[in-house]
Amino acid sequence: MSLGDSSTELGKVRGLGSAHEGGDHWISERVTSLALLVLGVWLIASLLFLPTLDYATVREWLRSPLGAVPMALFVITSFYHGLEGLKVVVDDYVHEPGNNFALNTLLLFVAVGGAAFALFALGRIAFGGAA
Amino acid sequence: MTVSILHRITGGALTVAGLAVLTWWLLSLASGNEAYGDFSAIAGTWVGLVVLIGLTWAFFQHLLSGVRHLVMDTGANFELGPNKTFALLTIIGSVVLTAALWFYILGVVK
Repeated sequence: MSLGDSSTELGKVRGLGSAHEGGDHWISERVTSLALLVLGVWLIASLLFLPTLDYATVREWLRSPLGAVPMALFVITSFYHGLEGLKVVVDDYVHEPGNNFALNTLLLFVAVGGAAFALFALGRIAFGGAA
Repeated sequence: MTVSILHRITGGALTVAGLAVLTWWLLSLASGNEAYGDFSAIAGTWVGLVVLIGLTWAFFQHLLSGVRHLVMDTGANFELGPNKTFALLTIIGSVVLTAALWFYILGVVK
């Protein structure tokens, strides 16, 4: 959210919580939550409807477009939403600027690294040879 | 109060433990039958089941209290009575959904 000089006093402080910025973050957290509502229910339902959870069955499912694509979206969205959520917790409880920056940076690295590993694994399943 | 802090705790658990399990599961699937067998064996121990059932409950609790927060974002449901009822319903709902799902999994699949 851009805050121009013509904003009212209330408009200027809106979205400025303990992080001192973050209107966009607040919206994004909610938009990703809606995506995860759909994708999370999809994941649980998909696992339930697979005939078995053995290696070949699960791989075949994740090699199909309707398995691989929503799973990629789930990985990206869940890591992003988790990072956003933990950032709020860090900003609420860690006030010292140096520690706050260090923890948020660590969170960012772990989240991006974890998502990269998960996507690499998914790509290897989806684009690799048959099991 | 309780449901609000539960939203944070379940969100933290889902991010740390849930995403770790998801990534481990995908990596084991990518690494071959043996690695996936190791994952499945550990997931099937009682510790593994407790973690998976806990994550299932955390997912449903976070989902339902998340919907509650979205409703409250619209300015609705701030009256004490209905607010408390909705909060209680998220807990009942998450427990019922988790129980139903795992009774089904453990009863039918195994």
